[in-house]
Amino acid sequence: MPKLTIDGTAIEVEAGLTVLQACELAGAEIPRFCYHERLSIASNCRMCLVEMEKSPKPIASCAMPAADGMVIHTDTATVRKARKGVMEFLLINHPLDCPICDQGGECDLQDQAMAYGFDRSRFNENKRAVADKEFGPLIKTVMTRCIHCTRCIRFATEVAGVEELGAIGRGEHMEVVTYVDKMVTSELSGNIIDLCPVGALTSKPYAFAARPWELRETESIDVSDAVGCHIRIDARGREVMRVLPRLCEEINEEWISDKTRFAVDGLRRQRLDRPYLRKEGKLTPVGWPEALAAVGARLTGSAPQRIAAIAGDLADVEAMMALKDLMQALGSPHLDCRQDDAPFDPAARASWLFNTTIAGIEQADACLIIGSNPRWEAPIVNARLRKRFLRGGFKVAALGPKVDLTYGVEWLGASPGTLKDLADGQGFAEVLKAASHPMLILGAGAVARPDGAAVLGLAREIAERCGMVREGWNGFNLLHTAAARVGGLEIGFTPGAGGRDLQRILAAAGAGEMEVVYLLGADEIDMTRLGRAFVVYQGHHGDAGAHRADAILPGAAYTEKDATYVNMEGRPQQTRLAAYPPGEAREDWTIIRALSDAVGRRLPYDNLVQLRRRIHEAYPRLGRLRAIEPAAWQTFGAETAAVTGEPFRSPIENFYMTDPIGRASETMAACTERLLGRRGTGTHG
Amino acid sequence: MSVDRGFEQPASFAFTPEIRAKADAAIAKFPKGRQASAILALLDLAQRQSGGWLPRAAMEHVAEILGMAPIRVYEVATFYTMFNLRPVGRYHVQLCRTTPCWLRGSEDLATLCKRKLGIEPGGRSADGLFSLVEVECLGACVNAPVVQINDDFYEDLDPARLEAVLDGLAKGERPRAGSQVGRQGSAPQGAASTPSAPGE
Repeated sequence: MPKLTIDGTAIEVEAGLTVLQACELAGAEIPRFCYHERLSIASNCRMCLVEMEKSPKPIASCAMPAADGMVIHTDTATVRKARKGVMEFLLINHPLDCPICDQGGECDLQDQAMAYGFDRSRFNENKRAVADKEFGPLIKTVMTRCIHCTRCIRFATEVAGVEELGAIGRGEHMEVVTYVDKMVTSELSGNIIDLCPVGALTSKPYAFAARPWELRETESIDVSDAVGCHIRIDARGREVMRVLPRLCEEINEEWISDKTRFAVDGLRRQRLDRPYLRKEGKLTPVGWPEALAAVGARLTGSAPQRIAAIAGDLADVEAMMALKDLMQALGSPHLDCRQDDAPFDPAARASWLFNTTIAGIEQADACLIIGSNPRWEAPIVNARLRKRFLRGGFKVAALGPKVDLTYGVEWLGASPGTLKDLADGQGFAEVLKAASHPMLILGAGAVARPDGAAVLGLAREIAERCGMVREGWNGFNLLHTAAARVGGLEIGFTPGAGGRDLQRILAAAGAGEMEVVYLLGADEIDMTRLGRAFVVYQGHHGDAGAHRADAILPGAAYTEKDATYVNMEGRPQQTRLAAYPPGEAREDWTIIRALSDAVGRRLPYDNLVQLRRRIHEAYPRLGRLRAIEPAAWQTFGAETAAVTGEPFRSPIENFYMTDPIGRASETMAACTERLLGRRGTGTHG
Repeated sequence: MSVDRGFEQPASFAFTPEIRAKADAAIAKFPKGRQASAILALLDLAQRQSGGWLPRAAMEHVAEILGMAPIRVYEVATFYTMFNLRPVGRYHVQLCRTTPCWLRGSEDLATLCKRKLGIEPGGRSADGLFSLVEVECLGACVNAPVVQINDDFYEDLDPARLEAVLDGLAKGERPRAGSQVGRQGSAPQGAASTPSAPGE
């Protein structure tokens, strides 16, 4: 471990650190543009110059390995002069357009120019101007502002795994481009906006929308997939302006997917902002008392056996808990949160968790992906798989439709029959057996099918026979796509004794045996199968469920409530209210609480604290925020012979539109059209 | 750098079998897994096969052979000025304008080229025979001024001598490369001589 002296303080650092990292540890702040902890070192901006004794010139600290006996000075006249010189060169061709630049107020160059900038220009020659590039519907480019730090290029190449960005030309003619005017096609492309230290790459949908000092920042959790990325929601007044990632080493590091970042404009469109009742075949706006009374009358007027509830993909734990309590109070056992019809048993917790954990992927050395396209189903998990792959010694095989996962994959075809071979120890199973930390990822789509229980059973056999489950390591992982699913399973939002599951609820509704079906944000089921049942839709968007509904109770989106979601690892996390719900919409659990009054079975909680206490008493795990409790291994899944020959498919047909928010978003519609080359199919206007 | 606009790109490109063999020989010089190191050799072969310039299809072909992303090939091709990304004439005239050549009259050569070929630097004559660019030092300062035409250096030029060279090329001849005043290599002009020792 090298010992060095930084600004007169002796410090011992880990071997392999750079001088810049050592300086940070010693508490000295080093300005930088090109250096980024999660990217390779380029060392081309030269802003991080420091003075090293016995070196005739200042050194670029980001690229210099810390070595024993170094004496570093980070704040001497020479260092300041050197940095000022670098800054002057950087500013030679940088336009003075901060007043019309979206980066203004959160710009590294602006901030550092305050410290090291020169107050006038000595450069009288021509300034260069660069044509702007078309990076697609998400990223706006003003390439004259580019200072060639190459962070975006390194991110695309290393983290996102799409070699589409590059620097062409050289010297003054250098430009950052995509290969001949192609768009950036990564699901993580928005992160280059955050990485860009200047205003060259900014958010296109957010262009000229707000200034950073006008925004109210709220730390929250994303619900666009089951990863539960840590995000920061920036709102102005009642409007959510943008979403940015927050640092979280266990989950998303500092990246988020484009859907997380850009779907927020969907929060402004197609919103349900007042209750509706269907009168004479038409949805008519009504007040809360009338709506609650009408729904309450339906609920009390129906036999408990003829009432059912289905929770959708964005439902929070509090709302599901309240709805479950209400259904129990009414005496109905028919409830299901498995909107995709996956055969998960709430008791077999290990069967529906991402047991390895997302950070745990980095310990694995072999991985089998079954019926999943992690690049679309959970881009952050895919980035972690790629990160592990780049370190080497990581063999991946996949069953399912062939897609570019951004790392080397051995494709085993899409037939489930191959699973039996793997369970018998053939083919890739040899690799898994030889690995010290083997893992498998079972897609939600691979079990959401008629023979899903059998597939689950086969996957369990493979996990057991390939040594994936042992003390201290669980390599069995289920990759969920819905933010609500794990939370729903944790609180057992599944059929009670004698209750019907999703398929049988729908069948009963179609046969006229269900009088009331309560949809808690459930939009992804086949609405035509609900027959003549009275459908109550509680949710925030006028999507499929609301179109079918006979009564609409407007709820809050994830940015508008304090709510708990459990991510695919089983990690309970809480969103925070960043903006109030529009119009008369209310937080979801309060609607159910009000409804319980209307049916004369008041739920025993009057505020969120009491409701959460109720949840934590019944399910103590959910009270330990951000903590993971490993699931005990047990036998699950059905008789494996029942697996059919039906090839695996990914449950996601369009990455950008998987939930009502994405389907309402204009940005996501533009992505669908331009990046996937399809017409938008959502309910967007 | 909008280098590849305003002209037609061929739809496809593939190495001829002979050139492919040369390309494979170049790739074989590098260890397995490091075949991308052969990129300069392959781009050069591709440029020669397509008549002195690199169409996009050729870069994509090279990228495919070497297992690289097209953007990586594009980066290399735009970095080196000896790769031409737009069509050039059959004779690509590179006029040196760095100080030694300039002192020895390269401006007169430029004037002659512009008059004779009817094009500005960066242009290509209407018949497709000549293209002209000004370049920095070609490294033959001893025999300045120098002009490189395709692979040959023409040295010790003046407007009349360059005109003769260009005329010869236009007629389909191949004028003798090297010094146009007949000296061998960069040997002293006139009789052989040695510098006198100090004090002699």
